[in-house]
Amino acid sequence: MSTIQVTGEGEQHPDVALVASAVAGDVQAFEKLIRKYDRQIFRIAQHITQNREDAEDVVQDAFLKAYEKLDQFQGNSKFYTWLVRIAVNESLMRLRKRRTGKMVSIDEDIETDEGSVPRDLADWSPNPEQNYSQTELAKILRKTIQGLPPGFRVVFVLRDVDGLSTEETAEMLGLSVPAVKSRLLRARLQLRERLSRYFRSKKAGEK
Amino acid sequence: MTCTEFLALLDELMDGTVAAETRTQLEEHLGGCAHCTVTLNTTRKTIEVYRSNELYELPKSVRERLHQAIVARCKNGC
Ligand SMILES: [Zn+2]
Repeated sequence: MSTIQVTGEGEQHPDVALVASAVAGDVQAFEKLIRKYDRQIFRIAQHITQNREDAEDVVQDAFLKAYEKLDQFQGNSKFYTWLVRIAVNESLMRLRKRRTGKMVSIDEDIETDEGSVPRDLADWSPNPEQNYSQTELAKILRKTIQGLPPGFRVVFVLRDVDGLSTEETAEMLGLSVPAVKSRLLRARLQLRERLSRYFRSKKAGEK
Repeated sequence: MTCTEFLALLDELMDGTVAAETRTQLEEHLGGCAHCTVTLNTTRKTIEVYRSNELYELPKSVRERLHQAIVARCKNGC
């Protein structure tokens, strides 16, 4: 295999050196990579599997798999992108196990009416989250996102919570860029519509 | 511009990747459409609220346990 030089900005991503050390047998370098990304991997795994035990297993297995295959990792993609891809596959595998018989896939395109022109057009209070305690709010947000299909949840989390680009998200999920865009729009609009129930401004007299 | 056309460009508008000319058209639509203004503002808020609240915290103790398990197996050559 020829080495692929990432040209352009000319600056090497800090993970490249850590990966190289880890391949050479430096476990501490790999530990640094674990500490850097374990929380994000756990979050993604939780959003897909919706099961705490599974999510913990995914963190463990994704890092172990990455370590095993580290010498096959090509520097032309980011380590994190590659790691997320492994974690997404592991998460889907576990989700399938729990829901035997049900189709679970990221590239399954779910057509829904939601995501077209919004129905509930009530405006929200200026700071609607302040009407709830931290615990209540987290519960509402979890419940709301759990109602979305897994392929929508994961696109929303990668793009809007993790802040990754459309291109990176597409690479991580093995989806096309237009597919990521269409899922993101529908995920955003569906979440918005569902949150309206909690966040809409109350008219006088309403409880 | 219709509301459906506006919605189709909502992500580009929020991500700031829309061309200047299109942006002007979008802003014109917003100026006369309360529905799309609400949709834009509340969608922005949706993203913000998900971004600023960690829903799945990885507890320190679990984190340490996972680390130890991973590293132990890495050291054994997996
Ligand atoms: Zn409109």
